[in-house]
Amino acid sequence: MNENSLTGFRVTRAGPLALLQDAGRFGVRQLGVTQGGPADLHAWAWANRLAGNPWGTAALEITFGGLELVAERDLTIALTGANLGISHNQQPAPRWRTLAINAGDTLRFGTPENGLRAYLAVAGGFCGEPVLSSVACVPREQLGGFDGQGNSLREGDRLTMNQASATPTDQVAPESEQPDYRQTNTLDLIPGAQVAAFSGRSLFDAFNTGWQVDQRADRMGVRLTGPRLQCSISSMVSEGISLGAVQVPPDGQPIALLNDRQTIGGYPRLGNLTPLAASRLAQCLPGQRVRLRAVGSDYALRQQRRFMQVFG
Amino acid sequence: MKSRLPCLERAGLDGWMVRLFDSIEVDNLLWLTALAKECEAAFDDALVDLVPSYTTLLVVFDPLRLTPCEARQKLTGLLAILKPAEADTGGKLHELPTWYDPEAGPDLQRVADLSGLSVASVIDAHSSREYRVFALGFAPGFAFMGLLDASLNCPRLDTPRKKVPAGSVAIAGQQTAAYPVVTPGGWNLIGRTPARLFDRNRDGFSLLRVGDRVRFVPVDQEEFESLGGDTADNTPATYGGPDDE
Repeated sequence: MNENSLTGFRVTRAGPLALLQDAGRFGVRQLGVTQGGPADLHAWAWANRLAGNPWGTAALEITFGGLELVAERDLTIALTGANLGISHNQQPAPRWRTLAINAGDTLRFGTPENGLRAYLAVAGGFCGEPVLSSVACVPREQLGGFDGQGNSLREGDRLTMNQASATPTDQVAPESEQPDYRQTNTLDLIPGAQVAAFSGRSLFDAFNTGWQVDQRADRMGVRLTGPRLQCSISSMVSEGISLGAVQVPPDGQPIALLNDRQTIGGYPRLGNLTPLAASRLAQCLPGQRVRLRAVGSDYALRQQRRFMQVFG
Repeated sequence: MKSRLPCLERAGLDGWMVRLFDSIEVDNLLWLTALAKECEAAFDDALVDLVPSYTTLLVVFDPLRLTPCEARQKLTGLLAILKPAEADTGGKLHELPTWYDPEAGPDLQRVADLSGLSVASVIDAHSSREYRVFALGFAPGFAFMGLLDASLNCPRLDTPRKKVPAGSVAIAGQQTAAYPVVTPGGWNLIGRTPARLFDRNRDGFSLLRVGDRVRFVPVDQEEFESLGGDTADNTPATYGGPDDE
């Protein structure tokens, strides 16, 4: 926060989980500090883009819904990601486009209709108290957020922001960038070192059967249930875990590790979801079906470059 | 499964796992520390993160600046000429005052029973060694240290505690650690330290860093409290966090 910061919104009702997220906390894994940042990088990046903000600007990640905000001034905003039944002054709020709202206007997030996490960016960007060079909010570590203490938004909070300095170059996201999160998603996975330690049957199952997103899913990781995967390694000496790692504990049910994952761990891994696949998984509701698809890193790199190109 | 070491393993689009060793030895640190330093210089701005652990170094890079193939070439080049860090440059020495007592260390008796030692001998065995920090992880500032005296080798609890008080000194397998904050945890609790292990007002936040040396120094309850130690169960754990520290 700085002396030029303004109040953008007042929180009139706090939902279950609304977190401030910039791109994440980097260069600090050696301290045992996790990455944080938006669970759906794709939708978060588009929210900032449509609000005219540079890459890395802090935006709100609203999980499940329930949040209600009142604008404290005239604002340019963008809503992307999940359709959480969002209304603007009781009218359905348009998503994936630049939106002008007025002081006193109300934004209300209902319940998930398509996807799990919505993103709200404001032109100029929200500003919080950086901890280890990031405002990414990680409640488990009590780091980041508006106050630096890792708190989810609470009723009565006043959300600080910077004065907008640029106008958005894109005002609408192309249709092709607005996913239907309800589809059976195919998640790209780059096979990793222990893949050969899984039985042939398990590898066949891993990539040829559907997986169900379990109730046990949060910003740390998402459990998938399905056929039991057999691995000749049951545990290993703990080692670093990168984003999207799909680890398989002895119960044979994989866990895809997301932004708030523990920094090291000792279960064998099938490999890593690509960043875009991890984003997509973060939008899946419990019970939803997903499939895993093995891809090469060249393919994954081309996908990532195509995605990042938009954000220059 | 034996593979030739060192080797490079793919860790997603933006990472390589450098596997240097297949078992935990104190000397691993000299090589891992040296490699981390070389990576910082060689990758420069393209380096996103380094995660050292007992036998490996995870190198995370920016795939838009460096293709996985280019990153691999850099690492191969570094490994070809890698020399271990000097043994005597190994880390800062920390003395952690520790109150060993059944009240602060409810598993002292369990450890004594499992190891066939008296409680006094358990305390003596734990506090008479110097440990090295192999890795940080699980929670901010949580340092995995070793190696324990072989007689103290005890398995984790069958059912992890939902809430381990901050400052708890614990052991599991060949390792020892102190919990920086209240978290769930499955290690055997044998005492408690008043040291502030993770402090956002400290430069670098974490008291302990990979490669540092640590001694646990027995203190009585009075001294523990005078050093700021909290004998209560501190504040409650507010989340259902990981249980695989």
